[in-house]
Amino acid sequence: MISQPLRNNAGQLKVSVWRGDESGGRHVDYDVPGLESQTVLDVVTWIQRHSDPSLSYRFACRVGMCGSCAMTVNGVPRWTCRSHVRDVARSNLLTIEPLRNLPVIKDLACDMSAFFEKWDDAMGRFHPTATRGDDVEPIRPGSIGRREADAGIECINCAVCYSACDVVAYKQDYLGPAALNRAWTLVNDVRDAARGARLRAVASDAGCHSCHSHQSCTTWCPIELNPTASIAGLKRQSALAILTGKISLDDE
Amino acid sequence: MIKPHQKHSLWLAALVHRVSGIGLALFLPFHFYVLGLALNDTATLDTFLRWTEHPMLKVAEFGLVLFLALHLFGGLRLLALEFLPWNPAQKTFAALAAALSVFIALLFLLKAI
Ligand code: HEM
Ligand code: SF4
Ligand code: SF4
Ligand code: FES
Repeated sequence: MISQPLRNNAGQLKVSVWRGDESGGRHVDYDVPGLESQTVLDVVTWIQRHSDPSLSYRFACRVGMCGSCAMTVNGVPRWTCRSHVRDVARSNLLTIEPLRNLPVIKDLACDMSAFFEKWDDAMGRFHPTATRGDDVEPIRPGSIGRREADAGIECINCAVCYSACDVVAYKQDYLGPAALNRAWTLVNDVRDAARGARLRAVASDAGCHSCHSHQSCTTWCPIELNPTASIAGLKRQSALAILTGKISLDDE
Repeated sequence: MIKPHQKHSLWLAALVHRVSGIGLALFLPFHFYVLGLALNDTATLDTFLRWTEHPMLKVAEFGLVLFLALHLFGGLRLLALEFLPWNPAQKTFAALAAALSVFIALLFLLKAI
């Protein structure tokens, strides 16, 4: 922490924080000193240190790498450690709530289980073809498949896209933009052995064909990934695989 | 109500697409019924066609053409997004689709009056 507080020239912030648990909750107002340079996570931390130590929230890296600090800020899902108050506050007002589309554990901390289970459902795990006895496979960085995979590979699992997606909101089992984006990176990985099974998994009713290309995921992804483009790729590849008989959606 | 996370132009394009799609679905049965009159009941059709000369109906027709054009061009944008290699200019395409639709609907209105 900075020992000398920055000059307080931003006035008082009026911060409305959602407090509660799975049984319900309400907004509680806090006055927080505004600073010259201040993130939303700084504001939440200030409240916990100075107003109410029982406030629950999650963070780890504070530099936009771990994906644990996402919350709903003035109605929009954001990574709070890299969202500056001056960019997201409306005339010194901030409303901070847990992410949408995930069950609340307490206050600003959500239960992320469903989000990660869907990564498994979309076959987000790598299925190797080689063993440790084999040579490392040379992958050309400029190859089409590698470029497609690289475009989506940096996902930090923050669930901002999942929280912004309206299809997730009304279709409980929809795999969601992050899991499908992950599946697309693996579909393009030549070292992976499970391409057919993965295309079948993402072509299910809960999969890529339920996406309506609203692009809310792409609009709000903090690191500017493009899940909509990844999902469009899955739509094409899975449709092609079905049409050419490579995969079948019939129950085995 | 439109929520803050939905306030971006491509979500608005999706809303327009849904509203126009439902509008068309509601209108089409009526449209086919009137077309059917040409075969079965020309007298009623003639009365109806005289009735469509009313200016208010021209405005309603303008709305209908607008819906059809918006849904057609918006739908083509979506099909291109999903079946062709990714193009980052989606907002521009959506704006072009909207502009073209308004242009066509206005052209229709000017010819009608
Ligand atoms: C003129 C050619 C047309 C094209 C290119 C077209 C294209 C499309 C596309 C691509 C979608 C899927 C959108 C999505 O994924 O959300 C769609 C949805 C829809 N279409 Fe069309 N369509 C056309 C004509 C029509 C007509 C004539 C009707 C009326 C019967 C209609 C009614 C609908 C409805 C109700 C939806 C669902 C909207 C939604 O889920 O948001 N469409 N259309
Ligand atoms: S593009 Fe698809 S996954 Fe992304 S927000 Fe829209 S419906 Fe959800
Ligand atoms: S795709 Fe973007 S918004 Fe979604 S989990 Fe990954 S980093 Fe977060
Ligand atoms: S705390 Fe790690 S991404 Fe925000």
